[in-house]
Amino acid sequence: MKGMSIIVQKICQIVAPVIFLFGIYIVIHGHLTPGGGFAGGVIMAGAFIFQIISYGSDLPKLQKKEFSLEILESSGILGFLIIACLGLLFSTVGIFFANFLPTGKIGELVSAGYIPLANIVVAAEVSAAISLIFLAMIVFKEEISDDR
Amino acid sequence: MEIYLIIILALMILGAVFSLHAKDLLSAVISYGIVGFGLVIAFLLLQAPDLALVLIVVEIITLIIMLAVIKNTTHEEEKKSFSLSSVIYVCVALLFTLFFFVIFARFGSGLARFGEDTMRMATAYIDAVHLTGSANLVTGVVFGFRAYDTLGEATVLFTAVVGVLAILRIKGKKEED
Repeated sequence: MKGMSIIVQKICQIVAPVIFLFGIYIVIHGHLTPGGGFAGGVIMAGAFIFQIISYGSDLPKLQKKEFSLEILESSGILGFLIIACLGLLFSTVGIFFANFLPTGKIGELVSAGYIPLANIVVAAEVSAAISLIFLAMIVFKEEISDDR
Repeated sequence: MEIYLIIILALMILGAVFSLHAKDLLSAVISYGIVGFGLVIAFLLLQAPDLALVLIVVEIITLIIMLAVIKNTTHEEEKKSFSLSSVIYVCVALLFTLFFFVIFARFGSGLARFGEDTMRMATAYIDAVHLTGSANLVTGVVFGFRAYDTLGEATVLFTAVVGVLAILRIKGKKEED
């Protein structure tokens, strides 16, 4: 895929980090303000997708065999399961997905037990998954056209 | 506020109908965008910013991908030929609509009115903020009370990515043979 004009590229260069930062904010404050792991993950993936659309697929030196995004995605869902199992081990009630951390004061940044941790791992999973689907559509299509 | 909602819903219906009948696929996709962004505004008016936030990002990404598809393929719709099977499909769909209409007209009168807050669980969730400690009620429900559901959603996304990679990765399969 070819990149777009230099106007689009420069605007993307300025805006994409802000979008990414906004995604991180949405994830970290998921238990306080609207949003959460899924919304923040999609926003972070959106920053990545804008970069690739504006600069073309040559930009990140895309590897054709293995994406490190695959590892991020798999470890995201694994982390979610591990958090669930930690509730099984360390909580007082001892059930799957039980809260094993102190809930703290409602409205503070460090509060709500395991929910911020779960937000972060789900955001890693969602952002990696959506960027991976987008990359697969571009890179594998180019592989096919290289063969011809 | 209700009048704004009605205007937005009417616009959404118009956009959907136009996108079905548009000759150029590009204008069909853009007028379909009216439906999505109208839904975003409707969610904001109904005080559901969580949903609106997700939906606006998803709408933008979907629109970009659809535009890319149209740019790479064609602007024109395929000609549809009229056949007997389409008549049968329409008849079966009408039959099912009539069936469900009769059922809901007969047994639906015992249900609560639409939008009435008679659900027991909703009030229980609102009262139980101190159990999760999360100031955002939606996140508290999604990751606290309904964490199994969220695990299922995350697994669905994971499986979708594995499926996409397995189907689209043509060259990798050939190298291994």
